[in-house]
Amino acid sequence: MCAASSPVAGRDGLAVLDAEEIRRALSRIAHEILERTHGGDQVILLGIPTRGVPLAYRLADRIAEFEKLVVPCGSLDVTMHRDDLRLHPARALGRTELPADGVDGKTVVLVDDVLYSGRTVRAALDALNDLGRPRAVQLAVLVDRGHRELPIRADYVGKNLPTSQREVVHVLLAEVDGQDAVMIGEKEGQL
Amino acid sequence: MKRHLISAADLSRADALLILDTAEELAQLADRPIKKLPTLRGRTVVNLFYEDSTRTRISFEAAAKRLSADVINFSAKGSSVAKGESLKDTALTLEAMGADAVVIRHPASGAAHRLAGWVRGSVLNAGDGTHEHPTQALLDAFTIRRRLMPGHRGPRRGPRGGTGGRVAPPFAGGSGGSPPRVNTALDGIRVTIVGDVLHSRVARSNVLLLSTLGAEVTLAAPPTLLPLAVGSWPCAVSYDLDSELPKSDVVMMLRVQQERMSAAYFPSVREYSRRYGLDTARMARLPDHAIVMHPGPMNRGVEIAAEVADSSRSTIVEQVANGVTTRMAVLYLLLGGTEFPAVTE
Repeated sequence: MCAASSPVAGRDGLAVLDAEEIRRALSRIAHEILERTHGGDQVILLGIPTRGVPLAYRLADRIAEFEKLVVPCGSLDVTMHRDDLRLHPARALGRTELPADGVDGKTVVLVDDVLYSGRTVRAALDALNDLGRPRAVQLAVLVDRGHRELPIRADYVGKNLPTSQREVVHVLLAEVDGQDAVMIGEKEGQL
Repeated sequence: MKRHLISAADLSRADALLILDTAEELAQLADRPIKKLPTLRGRTVVNLFYEDSTRTRISFEAAAKRLSADVINFSAKGSSVAKGESLKDTALTLEAMGADAVVIRHPASGAAHRLAGWVRGSVLNAGDGTHEHPTQALLDAFTIRRRLMPGHRGPRRGPRGGTGGRVAPPFAGGSGGSPPRVNTALDGIRVTIVGDVLHSRVARSNVLLLSTLGAEVTLAAPPTLLPLAVGSWPCAVSYDLDSELPKSDVVMMLRVQQERMSAAYFPSVREYSRRYGLDTARMARLPDHAIVMHPGPMNRGVEIAAEVADSSRSTIVEQVANGVTTRMAVLYLLLGGTEFPAVTE
């Protein structure tokens, strides 16, 4: 299922993680979640659209594989809670889909592809606040590229990727983009 | 999308779908403990109502409040309008108070369009005379889509995770976990709009929007209650309701607008009711899946029988709930993003 794709350099820049490395990073995060939450009891995984959602489902699959444990999975759209809404034209909303039991009293692990300024996570915390009262909230990201603008950190990190703010990081996932890779490139229109 | 919503004709198919899809996501809010989003915090929405209205005004008010906007209600009765203030002066007053959006209902056709030339904020037409009522058409389209389009999930069931089985990823189509209904138009749905088309802004907006979305619209009305220019509308016309019913997926009953009827459009209410009213016998001629809609307020016993209005086919109460959701979507899309650059259009 994971045909090792050769690092693609080109439009999106340089590949820093390939499919196999992404798979290993997610397996490690799945183990870490099980370890940190003492077996994954009362854990739910909420992916932040777009690419956090397939990552959340992949983590749930890994956890099911390792421990025969079904971890409820869902998605949490943060668009309406963003602080930069007025900087762009109104954008289409993503889907929020909560497990049937809701989030009250659960350990919610937010899942996203890239952690950068931390503003998306702040929006997610606000969105979550309106949905119920989790016992704890943790954050899992595939890539942490630094440059935080808010006091936010990830509990589980696939790869720490020191970047310059002039660079852009693209996570490509088979479910959305047809292939798995993490790419790093130069921001367009910037000298 | 344009900056104002004056007419259903302003909406392209893509615009209309964006509004319906946004409404689809916002509909989930109704199931939540906190039915509020912070998105329009600090924005001001003025409800400027020159005509009596309960459901539309309350619906817009609820929609704006759920998005955390500040709402100012202005009704012509008991205001400076009673002292003879013109629409323009009222508009400039609102402008000076910093309204980001004005929702206007006015007895004169074209009032919303005029207003749009005077204020900087967005203008939302909530019914102007016998011209248009675009948000009603949007909520009707939304209701039709939820009830009739394939892939509809029906009353919300617990999503994945509650099934207890293995974790099934939602990415069959590879499209970011959207419900199948999203981005679906109303292609091929046959809608019959019945009754007082002449005075109905609801009918006009619905004909425009539903045809944009691919539905086949037929107007069924007595000739006296059809506008002269109906031949140029994107719809069919029939004088015989009974022959249209078996072909209809949706029957939309219009209110007989006694307050706008200055002449004798039909011999008697009883005769109208016999020929164009929807009673149980007529409802039985509909296909099994067909739904009955009414924009409200209803004249029970005139255009719609009480048993029909209360039947399971009737979407009348659903339309009210969907109205709030759809108007939230419109307000979000018009006000949620960047301030529009102050350029002339």
